[in-house]
Amino acid sequence: MSEDTSTTTTDAAAESAASTEAVASATGSDATGGPSRRSVLGWGGAGLALGAAAAGGTVAALSSGSDAVPAALSGSAVPFHGAHQAGIASAVQDRLHFAAFDVKTKDRAELVQLLKDWTRAAERMTAGLPVGEGAVGGLPEAPPDDTGEALGLKPSRLTLTIGFGASLFAKDRFGLEDRRPEALVDLEQFPGDNLDPAKSGGDLCVQACADDPQVAVHAIRQLARIGFGKTAVRWSQLGFGKTSSTTPDQQTPRNMMGFKDGTRNIAGTDTAALDKHVWVADEAKGASAWMAGGSYLVARRIRMHIETWDRTPLQEQEDIFGRDKAEGAPVGKSKERDEPFLKAMKPEAHVRLAHPDSNNGVTILRRGYSFTDGSDGLGRLDAGLFFLAYQRDVRKGFIPLQRNLSKHDGLNEYIQHVSSALFAVPPGVRDKDDWWGRALFA
Amino acid sequence: MRPARLTALTAAAAVAALTAVTGCAEKSGAGDGAIKVAASDSACEVSKTEFPAGKVTIEVENKGSKVTEVYVLFPDDRIVAERENIGPGTKASITAEIKAGDYEIACKPGMKGDGIRQKVKATGNGAAEKRSPELDAAVAAYRKYVQEQADETLPKAQAFADAVKAGDVEAAKKAYAVSRIGWERTEPVAESFGDIDPKVDVREDGLEAGQDPAKDWTGWHRLEKALFADNKIGDDEKKLADQLMTDLTGWQKKVGQAEITPTSMANGAKELLDEVASGKVTGEEERYSHTDLVDFKANVEGAQKAYELLKPAAAKNDPALSAELDKQFAAMNTLLDKYRADKNTYDFASYETVGQDQRKELSDAVSALGEPLSKLAAAVTK
Repeated sequence: MSEDTSTTTTDAAAESAASTEAVASATGSDATGGPSRRSVLGWGGAGLALGAAAAGGTVAALSSGSDAVPAALSGSAVPFHGAHQAGIASAVQDRLHFAAFDVKTKDRAELVQLLKDWTRAAERMTAGLPVGEGAVGGLPEAPPDDTGEALGLKPSRLTLTIGFGASLFAKDRFGLEDRRPEALVDLEQFPGDNLDPAKSGGDLCVQACADDPQVAVHAIRQLARIGFGKTAVRWSQLGFGKTSSTTPDQQTPRNMMGFKDGTRNIAGTDTAALDKHVWVADEAKGASAWMAGGSYLVARRIRMHIETWDRTPLQEQEDIFGRDKAEGAPVGKSKERDEPFLKAMKPEAHVRLAHPDSNNGVTILRRGYSFTDGSDGLGRLDAGLFFLAYQRDVRKGFIPLQRNLSKHDGLNEYIQHVSSALFAVPPGVRDKDDWWGRALFA
Repeated sequence: MRPARLTALTAAAAVAALTAVTGCAEKSGAGDGAIKVAASDSACEVSKTEFPAGKVTIEVENKGSKVTEVYVLFPDDRIVAERENIGPGTKASITAEIKAGDYEIACKPGMKGDGIRQKVKATGNGAAEKRSPELDAAVAAYRKYVQEQADETLPKAQAFADAVKAGDVEAAKKAYAVSRIGWERTEPVAESFGDIDPKVDVREDGLEAGQDPAKDWTGWHRLEKALFADNKIGDDEKKLADQLMTDLTGWQKKVGQAEITPTSMANGAKELLDEVASGKVTGEEERYSHTDLVDFKANVEGAQKAYELLKPAAAKNDPALSAELDKQFAAMNTLLDKYRADKNTYDFASYETVGQDQRKELSDAVSALGEPLSKLAAAVTK
């Protein structure tokens, strides 16, 4: 795996010029957003998808200013209300508890009431408050409203983000069949997929991210409890692998393969890139009008064949990624954030195949987490990446990208997609009278 | 049955007329109304032997040289409340809701033996006594139901025992699950007696360390294993059939005297669903006979009976909750009916034939019913 590393000077120059332009434009839009906001938001910036370079044109936001989350903010609350749901462009937290639910009730009004109840509970929990009448002090003979394991813990930047799966829009269920957005497609079977139906799909999902795993787990547990009878947990996933002190300027987190992952991503402060690639536009019409300000979430559990990867020679590992393992620099470059020169990489290199330039500019916002669920019964580490990616339209985002990767990516020998789901993530809850999905059920 | 860790304390608390809150340090400071117990190696001095019923705080000081424990006991030795491991020279407090009546306070220096006892009396109308006629009627009707279930179980259990004693494996297999229905409908009440449940309904893995399954394992599930796993009946099994009848007769005699309150009924109903959630849905309870769905149905029936009796009060206090419970009980019964051809029999499908997706569906239904059922106690005490 050492051939074909030579490149032509002209190609390199063109790459370099293009990236400089992107830097300039991103810098401009960032500046108009105000320099202080970035430090307040403390955007951690890096997505955790396999591969490090799927996002283009966002270098400036990642490399200027201080993105570090002040220590005092690590326990703080992220505002729940807003035009967009928190948990997408919000600075990535340390930990994840993601749950997909089946809706059990057949009654539309009951589903609406559940979404209202969940919204009120989410407002309280993201503010660091217990749900209902709390965990203690109630009737001794009755179980408390809140289960109590988050008592005394800080809000820990908890965000709760809801999504609606295609199955919710099925005919003869809730009268939503005419509201199903075109972009909420049925994901195809990609080559190499080994999907477990019991751990895929779902009518609803909730992504809970927080700096404290107990806070994230507590949040999903309360929602599951409130939902019993109306919903049932279909599957769920815990994730780790992001630290709030990590910023793109400092240390990019490493994935379970030991590689820096998520060097490039759409920054939460880069409103221009978010508007272009992540948020559904306000002019959304027809079936998807209710999605204006929302986004689409792809969730995939990607198992890594850890043991065989660990037996792979270093050179081959680096060739597969297209970056070196120590610094994370792209092939032929010296620094992690140097603009990759794709043609210097193997044709099957992950970075090369995932790069926007190899995918007609396709850009997604990745928010995944590493996971390990112990061992698999054969003594192999059940670990990998829980891939979460937000985009405006999966037909232009994840799908073409994954078609490309699933066919050619050198990583495929070491990974397997074992669960998959797609959700329409509605816009944010505006205020105390609003609720998750109001526009959909209007 | 519930796992062996169900102690006499929790069993008593589940059904008895009190909610024991032990070791509640922050509530022990009140002082004036508290009963003081001075425990030593040879004495158990109680500051007052008569006190008003209701929420009672007992402040214990161990003045002796041995670690001790202090119990509040019903006259028949069932535990009202307890506090263990009170070290020499230390203080501890016990809080309990105690109805009017006679009790004993026992100190056990060295945590051994019957302890040094003092007779005490709770007087007057404590908080626990105040009930509506509606709820009193519910309690009385439930008490009657519990007795009826025991009375009706005895002949069915006898038929099972007779088949075992006759060495008739097939007849015994047929009689097995049916003999348990009355027990499963009212199990939280039986559990309140502490000693009967481990004798008749323990599973092999419920035995404690040091217990020998060959000697110490008795009751239905031991016979279940002989019949369904080993397919044979030996002399031991014949003896165990007699032992089962002796123990069940004890239950039948005692069950009418159980402490029953509206909240213990409500929480007992919830516990029946817990039984389903932890033992039946997983197929652990009837791992040899796979008759889990029979127990499942009986647990739901028992829970529904308690709920129906409390419903007049619950519906008044929390109409949304009773509407939800009506709906979820109906949904649960409809779901269970899918596993039997004839609604008038208890011939349910073997749990072996119930696939993973179906078990998930059953489990979801149990959660859908169990969660609102856990709110029933609050609704009846409003």
